[in-house]
Amino acid sequence: MGRFRPFLLMLAALTIAGSGFAQSGSLTIESWRNDDLGIWQDLIIPAFNAHYPDIEVTFSPTAPTEYNAVLNSRLEANSAGDLITCRPFDLSLDLFNQGYLASLNDLPGMENFSDVARSAWVTDDGSDVFCVPMASVIHGFIYNRDIFEEVGVDEPETYADFLSMLQVIKDAGYAPLVMGTTDQWEAATMGYQNIGPNFWNGEEGRRGLIEGTIGYDEGGFVEAFEALAAWRPFLPDGYQAMSYPDAQNFFTLGIGAIFPAGSWEIGVFRPLVDFEMGAFPPPPPAGQDTCYISDHTDIALGMNANSDNQEEARLFLEWMTTQEFAELYANALPGFFPLADHDVTLNDPLAQTFLNWRNECESTIRSAYQILSRGTPNNENDLWNVSAQVLNGTLTPEGAGAAVQRGLESWYPPQQE
Amino acid sequence: MKPTKRFPVHLVVFLAPATLVYTVFMIYPLFDSLRLSMFTPLPDRTETFAGLANYVRLFTDANWAPFLWNAIRNNFVFFAVHMLVQNPLGLLLAALLSSHVVRFRAVFRTLLFLPTVLSIVLVGFIWRLIMSPIWGISEDVLGLFGLAHLNQPWLGLEATALVTLSLISVWQWVGIPMLLFLAALVGIPDELIEAARVDGANAWQVFWGIKFPLILPTVGIVGVLTFVANFNAFDLIYTTQRALAGPNFSTDILGTFFFRTFFGAQLQPGNPTMGATVAGVMFLIILGGVLVYLFAYQRRLQRIEL
Repeated sequence: MGRFRPFLLMLAALTIAGSGFAQSGSLTIESWRNDDLGIWQDLIIPAFNAHYPDIEVTFSPTAPTEYNAVLNSRLEANSAGDLITCRPFDLSLDLFNQGYLASLNDLPGMENFSDVARSAWVTDDGSDVFCVPMASVIHGFIYNRDIFEEVGVDEPETYADFLSMLQVIKDAGYAPLVMGTTDQWEAATMGYQNIGPNFWNGEEGRRGLIEGTIGYDEGGFVEAFEALAAWRPFLPDGYQAMSYPDAQNFFTLGIGAIFPAGSWEIGVFRPLVDFEMGAFPPPPPAGQDTCYISDHTDIALGMNANSDNQEEARLFLEWMTTQEFAELYANALPGFFPLADHDVTLNDPLAQTFLNWRNECESTIRSAYQILSRGTPNNENDLWNVSAQVLNGTLTPEGAGAAVQRGLESWYPPQQE
Repeated sequence: MKPTKRFPVHLVVFLAPATLVYTVFMIYPLFDSLRLSMFTPLPDRTETFAGLANYVRLFTDANWAPFLWNAIRNNFVFFAVHMLVQNPLGLLLAALLSSHVVRFRAVFRTLLFLPTVLSIVLVGFIWRLIMSPIWGISEDVLGLFGLAHLNQPWLGLEATALVTLSLISVWQWVGIPMLLFLAALVGIPDELIEAARVDGANAWQVFWGIKFPLILPTVGIVGVLTFVANFNAFDLIYTTQRALAGPNFSTDILGTFFFRTFFGAQLQPGNPTMGATVAGVMFLIILGGVLVYLFAYQRRLQRIEL
């Protein structure tokens, strides 16, 4: 009998603890971020429990490719978790419109998020916000410091500097810009949307597209295609058949100088490179004082409108608007930046470099993601195609702008007037 | 009294498994897909009958028609390369393998057939690596002939990508027509050939005057098999160029066009009814091709009793 006593004691302790939790409520988080399971279990949830020890939180991820379907069926069956990780834009907006996500307009702490930060999780008229923004990714250029020192070039100030610098690197025998066009999305995402905001004045141009006051075939949107076309001589030989993983390897092996990047590459490159990396923001055209960066909203957390634990869920969401959460999350996932207006210090110097740009430049998001990708043809898909064609030399910048504009005008009423 | 003929129960027993499986997994889905192509989705996630509206849209709408015609044109190029390269090559190899002067015939036969049994994902991946402008060996191979400067990113240029992929497909599948031709060639009785030889015909004359006419049924079968396989093709393009069939849709064939339409790609959501419409067009093209074969080719063949 004596042998069983510790076991019985444990059982009793568990029973008491279990009933204690049940009274204080428990939360389940739905997510597609399988990779972050450890971060949530070991860092984020314990940090939350330091404030609210009685709320039991379970992070319950689904495979990314199945997340949307699984979440939808759970919501329909009223068996979904209390907190729901929000995809950006229309997928979450649909959930809100169907009444599955609760409005968070009056959540204390929401004032810490700017309009750009909220843009992916608000209704079209901006009157309701339904997810607490968690992280964004920032575009820019990651470079190989060793090559820069060897060749003797510095980070460029203007777009013209940038192009002449690429020429110097090319003359020294390195591939200046490491990117291929075969997968197409890099050409649009790390090419056009990376350098473009400087030409269309960030939010001003993006909102203009949505309101129909400017088109892809005019002004900054064509200039951005022209700026992209100037990359052609500086891409590696055979870039037309170079895939995204090819380009990543090409850069981490030290053969190429500059990688047009999204900040998520920091975590990918860090363990692979044996040289120092630096980063500079997309350089604005000469004479332009303001610089713009693509600070693209990517992930957020919302509340299941039918949850039985709304009070606890709101406490969790409120905690997510604090400095503490922002710093924890950003340091755990270098390259994914918190969206709240707190001053956050990052341990990874390269990630900190990206984050500093927010103080120097104006933030915007990718032009096609909000509203404009609802129709057929899909605006974002069109941008992939023409950006790759501009880099391949099969389409002129004017032709690219006209083609995208034609697609948008074919279904989007504000652009038809 | 005439004995009543018993109902042939054994026929039903023998036919039932195949009929059931074929009905459940082939005939029913085919008709259900055709049914779906005549519906259009409503905002409340139900579907309503739309007649042939989807087909009209596919053939006339500026967002659909150019992609459809592009896919059909590319598919015919894909088919033409197979007919002009794969099948003549298969015939040539079969003729060599059936000749008694070639040694190690069994070894060659196995080696030439080997790519057919490889996974298509593997084939796509290997050829992508071979052709890679960064890690690939196509430049080194051309260099052996002093032609390194001619190397191109073959899979990345609109002008070359489709033909390159067609030739990769030929490399993989040439074993099938080769074996079919070989089986037909070895089935020709030796007496006929000996008789021709006695009459003074050389090898060239024997082949075109005796052997080829006798394997014409196989030539037709190979042609129609190639047609059906090519217009159903999808996997090689998908594994090497992904669903976007780049660059700029230059390698887009009906299979990849169907996939993108039905399941969606990147941010473009899938459209099951339009996808079913594309599948309907594929079905009609293949049906048309097979009917042409049946009526214009097979019925005209002279049966020769050997």
